[in-house]
Amino acid sequence: MRKIKHGKLSSGCADACCLKLEGLSVRFQGEQVLEDVSFHLHCGEIVALIGPNGAGKSTLFRSILGQAPYRGDITFSPAGGPAIRLADGSVTGGTRPLVGYVPQSPSFDRGDPVSVLDFFTAATARWPVWLPIPQKYRERARASLARVHGEDLLDRPMGALSGGELQRVLLALALEPVPHILILDEPLSGVDIEGEHQLLEMLDELRTQYDLSIFLSTHDFATLGQFADKVVLLNRRVLKVGAPGEVLSSPEFYETFHLRVGRGGEA
Amino acid sequence: MELWYSILSVLPFDWAQPGQMYFMKHALLAVLVISPLFGLLSTMVVHSRMSFFSDALGHSAFTGMAIGAICGLNQPTWAAVLFAVVFALLFNLVRRRSALASDTVIGVFSSTAVALGIFLSTLNGRSFTRFNSLLIGDVLSVEPAMIGVLALILLAVVILWAVSFNQLMLASVHPALADSRGVKVFWQETVFSVAIAVVVTLSMTWVGLLVINSLLVLPGAAARNVARNMAQYHLFALLGSVVAGVAGLMISYYLSPSAGASITLCLAVWFVATFLIRRKG
Repeated sequence: MRKIKHGKLSSGCADACCLKLEGLSVRFQGEQVLEDVSFHLHCGEIVALIGPNGAGKSTLFRSILGQAPYRGDITFSPAGGPAIRLADGSVTGGTRPLVGYVPQSPSFDRGDPVSVLDFFTAATARWPVWLPIPQKYRERARASLARVHGEDLLDRPMGALSGGELQRVLLALALEPVPHILILDEPLSGVDIEGEHQLLEMLDELRTQYDLSIFLSTHDFATLGQFADKVVLLNRRVLKVGAPGEVLSSPEFYETFHLRVGRGGEA
Repeated sequence: MELWYSILSVLPFDWAQPGQMYFMKHALLAVLVISPLFGLLSTMVVHSRMSFFSDALGHSAFTGMAIGAICGLNQPTWAAVLFAVVFALLFNLVRRRSALASDTVIGVFSSTAVALGIFLSTLNGRSFTRFNSLLIGDVLSVEPAMIGVLALILLAVVILWAVSFNQLMLASVHPALADSRGVKVFWQETVFSVAIAVVVTLSMTWVGLLVINSLLVLPGAAARNVARNMAQYHLFALLGSVVAGVAGLMISYYLSPSAGASITLCLAVWFVATFLIRRKG
């Protein structure tokens, strides 16, 4: 399926696997949240979505996840295969691509009696987690968590995890099964520097290992250059798409974040 | 029932002897059916922060009774069940469609339902006192046929739990994440709230409107104090619920207070006990 790697490909993705957004518009309660959003997301690429609060980042994710009705087209072409259209959750012409989703840290109370194993099994298996969980599911969850170096988190309550640990558990879950597109909503918020470093390293590992497209939103501009292949600057519409350096030094970026023009590089 | 009577006859209690005190034997069986039912539901009521919702349902159930009585039904309970189910469905719909916080929507529904109930039951200057028995409840008046109905509902809830507990839990943790994994969040929440509606309404006559919500909150709340995972959580909730149910009924037999109130107080003691031994940190 996903043979053609073209992570650094800039244009012309005729035969390569690619998620295309074309003329995407979303209205919500009479308000235009997204307008004419178009860009491509290639396999093996890490694309960062930046923009001020209320720019429509989460809505854009929800559209790709099929959770928000939109106008325009979202299509996915597997390597060498025919394009698949994802319209309002329906698919014509092929199988819907798997989209893994790492939400902005859901809040667990410290006292929530949900262990990582419970959470994982509830999301991936039919076995009702209020009964003691059989060894088979335990091993399966352990193997999934091993992908993110989180095997030892298995019996910890979800509410007792640190921000970075919670992100890793959610990431492991999004990778079960391995998706074509991985979406992470603000994965770096609430994570300390070490956790951030670990997470970014893991994402880099994953994209080369599984050749998946990674699409994440962030406010952390300082690290963009270290991991992102491409940055999309969004504020209701796409203001700028390009390499991190290119976007971060653009007038559009400075204007959007009310920075003074002419002091390039300090973001 | 004969089997149940003969099982009981081995117990060393005066009421358990053959040929007498059938109301107590029925009540004990009813408690053994109702308490695990509430124990099971309470885990999810507490986990998904629905305790205010279940409280509101109790109030609306009373309104259903009033409507049923006005329509001249002999058994207004079924009218109440219907009303509570409609209440639950409407609530879910409004919550989904409006931008209001959940507890605000519940407040709107609850106050409307209660007002409607009082309005209807006191229409034409009628006295409210005939509904007093609903407020307190009387488990000693339960009949074998009703125990059968409750047992069927227990079975239905166990099946619901086996089939869709995972999805319900995921939906309560993070709706968007659940949706991305194929969970139909709206339907899961709807089925669950309808289940609460049916259980609350059918048990109200025996447990009492004023304390019924405590049966949906205390077992789960107490279990949360000590459980570290879902299996332990359910074990402690069920254990607490059944033990407190039986103990409460015994207290009610020997000291003659309302059974619903004694069961609730036993649950409160259970909560305090688990609170004191809760895992720290």
